[in-house]
Parts: sequence; structure tokens; C-alpha cells
Amino acid sequence: MNGAQAVLESLKKEGVDVVFGYPGGAVLTLYDAVYKMKFPHVLTRHEQGAIHAADGYARATGKVGVVFATSGPGATNLITGIATACTDSVPLVCITGQVANPYIGKDSFQEADIFGITTPITKHNYLVKDVKELPHVLKEAFFIARTGRKGPVVIDVAKDVFDAKIDYKYPETVTLRGYSGVYDGHEEEIAAAVEAVRKAERPLIFAGGGIISSDTADEVQKLAQKLGVPVTSTLLGLGSVPADTEGFLGFAGMHGSYASNMAIQKCDLLLCIGMRFSDRVTGRVDGFAPKAKIVHFELDRAEINKNVTADLQVLGDLRWTLPRFNEQLAAVGESFAEKFKGWKDEVLKMHKEHPFSFVEQGDVIKPGALIRKVSELSDKDTIAVTDVGQHQMWAAQFFDVFKPRHFLTSGGQGTMGYGLPAAMGAKIGAPQSKVVLFTGDGSIMMNCQEFATIADNNIDVKVVIVHNCILGMVGQWQRLFYNHHYSQSELKGKTDFVKLAEAMGLKGYRLTKKEELDTVLPQIMAEEGPALIDVLIPEEEDVLPMVPGGKRLDQMVLGGSK
Amino acid sequence: MKKYLLAVLVDNKPGVLTHVSGLISRRAFNIESISAGYTEEPDVTRINIVVSVESKNELDQVVTQLGKLIDVIKIVNLSEVESIERELVMIKVRADKSNRAELIDIVNIFRASIVDVSQENVVIELTGQQSKIDGIIEVLSEYEIIEIARTGAIALSRGPVPVKRM
Ligand SMILES: Cc1ncc(C[n+]2csc(CCOP(=O)(O)OP(=O)(O)O)c2C)c(N)n1
Repeated sequence: MNGAQAVLESLKKEGVDVVFGYPGGAVLTLYDAVYKMKFPHVLTRHEQGAIHAADGYARATGKVGVVFATSGPGATNLITGIATACTDSVPLVCITGQVANPYIGKDSFQEADIFGITTPITKHNYLVKDVKELPHVLKEAFFIARTGRKGPVVIDVAKDVFDAKIDYKYPETVTLRGYSGVYDGHEEEIAAAVEAVRKAERPLIFAGGGIISSDTADEVQKLAQKLGVPVTSTLLGLGSVPADTEGFLGFAGMHGSYASNMAIQKCDLLLCIGMRFSDRVTGRVDGFAPKAKIVHFELDRAEINKNVTADLQVLGDLRWTLPRFNEQLAAVGESFAEKFKGWKDEVLKMHKEHPFSFVEQGDVIKPGALIRKVSELSDKDTIAVTDVGQHQMWAAQFFDVFKPRHFLTSGGQGTMGYGLPAAMGAKIGAPQSKVVLFTGDGSIMMNCQEFATIADNNIDVKVVIVHNCILGMVGQWQRLFYNHHYSQSELKGKTDFVKLAEAMGLKGYRLTKKEELDTVLPQIMAEEGPALIDVLIPEEEDVLPMVPGGKRLDQMVLGGSK
Repeated sequence: MKKYLLAVLVDNKPGVLTHVSGLISRRAFNIESISAGYTEEPDVTRINIVVSVESKNELDQVVTQLGKLIDVIKIVNLSEVESIERELVMIKVRADKSNRAELIDIVNIFRASIVDVSQENVVIELTGQQSKIDGIIEVLSEYEIIEIARTGAIALSRGPVPVKRM
């Protein structure tokens, strides 16, 4: 067996059922093995497409996404996707080709130091120069990617390593002296959190993306049920409780709901679960949750007190800490729901008075109306994917997410161009679910080459372009803070998205009037197969409410969104 | 700003220094010095890092962020246990017949040694705590210092327990 075959054998042993990638000189032997072993592989049209697809696949399934790319430019094309996955803790294994050993360090053709370049944006990375290392490196890479706080791992493999003969044996276990992947918690920290709940009068649950990646949404739902308190979430935490849960306030932060942000500012106990206090969610840090005792349930010790100081920490894997927290709470025997009812009603009243909303205007299509309509036309198993910009925030506000792993978005990096390939990867990973992408006329152009992949493989994704002829979110900031100077943000070009779809081999539709949301859209959504739906909306729409940069969460601008 | 000396045990693998130094720079930690060397175990490297931080919280971040690196085995804050701290410095000073005797006096007072002499200069070597090294440099600055090389501090705890068992 050669090194390339050893790689694929190892992937099989790890249960990998598909790889996303793009060939090139340094990985030709690897691709020859793909050919010979008929290994399932999706050829994207760009390496960035491959890695976002693997990311979407991983977020939708919980499995490790796998990517192949060649050396030099092939590998550097992965960088944005690696950073995106790293910030959002998405498990990936990227196998990149490197020039052959004798050429390393000589500025050879297609040589780039991928080990060095990816060090800051990976959970871990390797440069494999000896075929003997391949099996244990692969074993470790999958173990590291999928345990603890998940993340991307890069394995850069010298070209001659793929050709070298190997006496292949895959290790059964991993031995890393500094990393066990096990994060059991401490009973006394849980007991302290329970005590804090007993003393509290106005508790709030703040659900983060860690709940989704640790598959503990059911424990959080149990907790919410038991305590009978309101629940808010981060952007990545959407789906941890079903959208129709009584007490769920939508997400919090810069464009989060009024009630979420006000409840954070008013509560006296904030149960923060699997979240990292991103600046997008806290607003001004020194005025964040001023009255609250903050309890931080977190796996990654380095997150505790990084941005916001916690009063209590509950360190450990949520799969360990949450069931015990629920058990200990049950053992207390108090009727929490009754005790907190007044507070919950107060918050729900605020939410009812200031829901996410929009003002209708003639027969133009308002973005909120569009997304709400798509949401209505979707079943509870539909996976919504977004790109980045205003449409992303509108999607988070108006699309009802009912299950974990059903709202995929680039939260930490805000990577435009993420959406189309990620939606494609999600559909490949979860073929039983409908997949809809909300994107912008700016974002879609960043990886629109993947329409070809979608069409060629008949991957059923409905792509909704929220088309405002501007880089909307940039325009909003320019409107609010730069005197309406739309510097380099207007997109009044000649691109015809419907024709773009047709040119690449899928159906394209255009909606321009409000009534088409009721007449045409349902038909398009019900059709089989991929489609692009170009929806024209007014140019000057703001995402509201909004916490302006540097302000506290209770200094929200509500605007006309009543 | 307060200084702390951390002993970091890492797997002796290619790339490990890249991982450690990369983490330090991207997290914007303030590193005073860093030095690495082999240990009694051939597959373990010990990195000695002196950090200067504003608060305990910041120190905690340095330790926990470093601790996330897969090839970091153990981190011990040696400033918290009783330990012996040393740094090595070599100082090249312009010296001729007229001032060589004076320099030798200074070297003796500091228990340093002269490790090289030429017509125009001497090289002085000193091992000691950072404050002592700062002291000799200050005294020698009255002469013409041509060049200084410092290793940064390393430390060992007192008593029989090694860092790996702490
Ligand atoms: C790769 C990348 N480049 C730049 C940005 C900065 N940025 C954030 S939102 C945005 C505008 C997005 O425009 P569009 O996709 O049309 O969405 P809209 O805001 O109009 O809904 C830009 C340029 C980014 N997030 N990602």
C-alpha cells in the first residue's frame, strides 16, 4: 500500500463517507487512490467552496468534514474556510499536498508554508514528511477535531509521502500527553450553580453554540422547562430550543430582540451555556448584565473570564455538566416555574410589545416578509443557511429554527461567500432535510462558481437572494455613521442572477412584487431540484433593532420596527 | 505590570515552537523572554517564558490559552512556588590597558568572569538573577558596551519535586 491509499483507508476507518476537494500536482497520487478505491468525492469549483461545503456538512451532521487540496495556491484557498471553522468550533480535517521532501524550503513550484500559515487558525496542524507518521497523524487529527472544543485540523503531506510504500496499520488509540479530549466537570461547581438558582429571582438562560456542537439541546430544553424562565440565545445558539418554545425570545446582541437584550440587562442570574461572549453579543462589556450573577457553563477553560468575568464557573463538557445540573435541580424539590412566573411574564410582555417586525410598504417585498414567508413554507426539518450581511440578520430574526444543526451561519468570522457551498454541504450531509440559503447580491458573488457544482450533482438547495443592489450591511453603517456616503458599496451592475443560474445549469426565478410571495414562491419552494430565486427588495432598509457599536445592550435603537 | 516565570513542558516535536510563539503573538501577550531546551526526558522540551501582565486575570489567560495547545503537556507558574531563577548574560566591553584593571575589579565584585580578552575588548560572562544582571549592565554602561547577549530567565523549583509532578 502507498501513503495515499493509507490516507483513504484511515478515512474509511474514521467513518468518512464523503470528501470535498480539488486536485492538483501535489495530490495526484491521492486522487489516483480516490479513483481506484472509488472513494466518494465532491469536486467543487474552488477550494474555498470545498472547505465551506465540508463546514456546512459538519455543522449539519455533527460529523467531521473532510477536505483535500493541492499544495501552494490550492491550500491557501482554504484559509478563509479554516478560519471560519476555527472561530465557530467546527470539526474539520483538511489534507493538503506539500511539495516533495527534497523541494521543501527551496521556494519550489507551488510551495507555500501551510503549516506556518494555518497555525493561528487551526486547533492543531501537522506537516508529514515521513510516510510512517501518516496513520497516527490521521488518527490524532480526527480525535482532536471531534473531541473537546471542536475545530479544524490541517495535515500537510509532502508529495513523496503519498507515493512511499507503507506497512499500514491504523492505531486503535490515541496517546497525546497534553490532551485527553475528556472534560468531566466538578460536582461542587454544579452545586454552587444550583444554589445560585435557588437564590435568584430573575434568572435567564443564555444558550450558545456549544449546546449545538455538544448535542445537548434536549438537556437545555429540560432545564428551561424545569425552571420556567425565559431563554435567549446567541446567533450560533439558534435551534437549541425550538422557535415556538414558550419563553424563547429569539437571539440577543447587536441585532437581537429587544426583550432578549433588556432581559439580559435586568436579570439577576444569567445562566450562560456554551457561549464565548463575543463582542457582537455583549455590546459594551462593562455595562453587560450589570445586575446579574453570571454563571458560565463552558468546556474550554480559556473562555472563562476572557471577555466577561464570571461569578461562577461550571467547567466541563456540557454532556457531563448539564444532566447533573438538571438532576441536582430536580432533587431540590422546589417549584421553580411558579417562583419565576412573574419575571417570565414581564419579559414575555416586553417581547410581545417589541417583537422582530417590519413595516409593509406598497407592493414592494420587505425582507422580513420574504423570510417569514419562506419560514412558513418550510417544515420543521428545514435547514436554513445564511451568508453574511443584513439578510443574515433578517434570517436570524424571521426564520423559525426548530432543531439544533438547522441554522448554519458564519458567526465568528462573518465570512461572505460561506453560504452557497455550506448549503450544498449541508444538503449532502442531511439529504432528508430541505435546505434553503438566504444570501445577498454581494455575498452570492463570492462563491457563485459553486452553482455549477450544485447543478452538476443535482443538489437540491433553494437559494434566496435578498437583492438590494448594495452591500447592504456596509450601506447601513455608511447611512448611519458616515453621512450616507455609499463609498464602494453600491451594486448596480449588469449581472443577471437568473441568467447566471441558467448558465450554470439550474433554474432561476425573479420576484419583484409582494403578491408573488403568495402566488409564485410556494410553487418554486415545492419544486424538486436546485433553484435560484432572485428577490428584489428596497435598497434603503435597515436591520433593526440595533445596538450601535460601543453601546450597552439597553441602548438599543428600535426604529420603525413596531 | 508584574513579571511571572512559567515553565512550559511540551512534546519535543517539529513545529512545537511555532505553535507556542504563534499563540503568544496572536493573543497579544507581553513576553519578556523565552528560551527552550532539552530535558531529562528526550521527548520533552522545556520552554521558559517570562511574561509581564497587568493582572492575575491576564496571567490566567496566558496560562489557559497556552494550555489549549495540543503539544503543551504542562504549565507551572514558578513564581508561585519557591524557586531559583537564573539568567546568563555575555557583555562585550571596549577595554584597553588603561581601564582593564578597573573592569577586573567590577567583574570580581559581581562574581562574574572574563571569558575572552583582546587588545581592544573583553567579554564578561555572568549568571544570576535578573536584578543582578541589570546591575552589572548599569555599572558597565560607564564604559563602552559593544554588545550584549542575554538568555532570558530560567528557573527550577526548590526541593525534590519536578515541574512535571507539580
Ligand atoms: C469576505 C468578507 N468581506 C467583507 C465583509 C464585510 N461585509 C460585511 S456585510 C457586507 C455586505 C454584504 O452584502 P450582501 O451580501 O449583499 O448582503 P446584504 O447586507 O445586502 O444583505 C460586507 C461587505 C465580510 N463580512 N466578509
